Amino acid sequence: MTPAPDTAPASAAGSPDSPGSPDDVLTVRNLDVAVGGRKLVEDVDFTIRAGERVGLIGESGSGKSLTALSVMGLLPEELRATGSVRLAGVGHDLVGADEARMSRVRGKEIAMVFQEPMTALNPTMKVGRQIAEVLLIHRTRPDRASARAAAVELLAQVGLPDPAVAADAYPHQFSGGQRQRVVLAIALANDPALLVCDEPTTALDVTVQARVLDLIVRGVQDRRSAMLFITHDLAVVATACERVMVMYGGRVVESGPVREVFTRPRHRYTQGLIGASDLTVVDDRGRLVTIGGSVPPAGEFPAGCVFRNRCAQATEVCATRPEWVATGPDSGYACFHPVSGSGTPGTGTPTNQEAGRG
Amino acid sequence: MAEQPTSAPLAPGPRTGPADAISVRDVTRDYRRPRTSLRHPSPPVHALRGVSFAVPAGQRFGIVGESGCGKSTLLRILAGLDRPTSGSVAIDGRDITGLRERQLRFVRERLQLVFQDPMSSLDPRMRVGDIVAEPLVAQGHGNRRERVAELLEAVGLRADAADRYPHQFSGGQRQRISIARALAPRPKIIVADEPVSALDVSVRAQVLNLIADLVDELNLTLVFVSHDLSVVRHVCDRVAVMHNGQIVETGATEQVYEDPRHSYTRRLISAVPTLGKALSGVSAADLNREYQP
Repeated sequence: MTPAPDTAPASAAGSPDSPGSPDDVLTVRNLDVAVGGRKLVEDVDFTIRAGERVGLIGESGSGKSLTALSVMGLLPEELRATGSVRLAGVGHDLVGADEARMSRVRGKEIAMVFQEPMTALNPTMKVGRQIAEVLLIHRTRPDRASARAAAVELLAQVGLPDPAVAADAYPHQFSGGQRQRVVLAIALANDPALLVCDEPTTALDVTVQARVLDLIVRGVQDRRSAMLFITHDLAVVATACERVMVMYGGRVVESGPVREVFTRPRHRYTQGLIGASDLTVVDDRGRLVTIGGSVPPAGEFPAGCVFRNRCAQATEVCATRPEWVATGPDSGYACFHPVSGSGTPGTGTPTNQEAGRG
Repeated sequence: MAEQPTSAPLAPGPRTGPADAISVRDVTRDYRRPRTSLRHPSPPVHALRGVSFAVPAGQRFGIVGESGCGKSTLLRILAGLDRPTSGSVAIDGRDITGLRERQLRFVRERLQLVFQDPMSSLDPRMRVGDIVAEPLVAQGHGNRRERVAELLEAVGLRADAADRYPHQFSGGQRQRISIARALAPRPKIIVADEPVSALDVSVRAQVLNLIADLVDELNLTLVFVSHDLSVVRHVCDRVAVMHNGQIVETGATEQVYEDPRHSYTRRLISAVPTLGKALSGVSAADLNREYQP
């Protein structure tokens, strides 16, 4: 993925990050989410263009799910978002938009797939009707008959065998992976400009995960939709996305093309995360690389650099907040003691034998 | 999608000997679903279909499989929480299949369990000290406070953790608490059911290292169950791959991973996403494709 601007329209390296570029689908600026006086998400800034698949990784309490919920206007009542979230083709800011406006956007311009498919589906309604419903509500199909036909077609697209029969089944009659495919069919029904996925495959078995990931990527590619993909699993992001943002303590601490971030991480947290998730690199006692300490509860991260209480490189300067160092249009990091850019760190490289498999 | 001739399910008659911490011979377990018809009973569900394996003392044995493969049923039987329909299970050379609950006490002392979700396996109304001491109470050990402090230290928690409640701890710390509880009666065998699947990446490595340290120091036999073959590869010496209630392949972990014989094992390995694979260009579509040698 070398930056070759304007050769392939769907490639990750599109036009530079000029505000209001016609390809921009989602533009998030200075997004904060707070409860009481505590900031849970701070100063999140990013753009996703048409056809771009962007991953958002982080551990529990990093604020990744809150970021996604802010984009969709689904934050719990006690949380307040400030800043700006703009979606191409929608005339108003999504931050602060009332439910009536958001419900016109949700399911049409923005669609989502969550971790637990059973809670996303209505247990008392046949799945075909649930898909048809989203087409009728947003008036993308004129009547029940054509909505039903489209629903069956969508079930076929997500690979359910015998889609016409599946349309007449209830959610409990499906397995977990099949349910997630139904949720995906609903999400893709109106060809959304943006698909938000929050840990969509975390609850699934490996072989089922592979299936669902494939369907998600194909679904957004076919529609040239933008995708925001949230997960704690680095390997899943690297497989499904072109670009990645690393969140920790409510902030984006590093971002860039997947290959760059995962082979030459700059932020110490990214470096630690890659090391800790690599189960093939061990020390002479056979032990894995770890990050010391544990993730603090949301809202209780240290001031200044949020990672400094777990970072071996931290010095006094880290008590002040590190500035964002841009290394490209969509890449950069916020760290006073970054991993040197030239050398390859021992942990982040694809060292292993399994690289050739698959 | 070349359907490979699969290797024989298992070489018959695994070697068992007196040194085996666990030996499982030809275990089956059938369940019956609730009746749906007045005239016919529901067909039985064959959760386990002739499972045999042996774990020598001190080995780290992995069981890999997806939901519904029978691995949870197998664990319940190993722990004496369920009985096989046929076949036999021996712990430290003693057959446990015919024993009554009261006679299973030695199993509870020798073999302890660690579960996936520490939140649902720790009583939220009990203090950590009491949680860790509970197996000691049940088995009538004395001098519990001292032992609890020792255990908390062994799993990397401060002694004052004993006075707090589970919700005051993070996921990784809670898993440390359940490990401390499992170690309390000085078991020789630890059976861990997906112990790191619910943990954050940075914490997962810590807990895996802790398990490895404890297994080494205390000379434990470890049975490690996971859906994730790469975790098992790191932790275990030998692995059994389960599918549809049967062990379809077993062998040294490295060998099974590098040279899988059974088509299901190959499918399982090729479906696991890794950073290395992704960075060398393996896409989601590739993971989903059937393994092609």
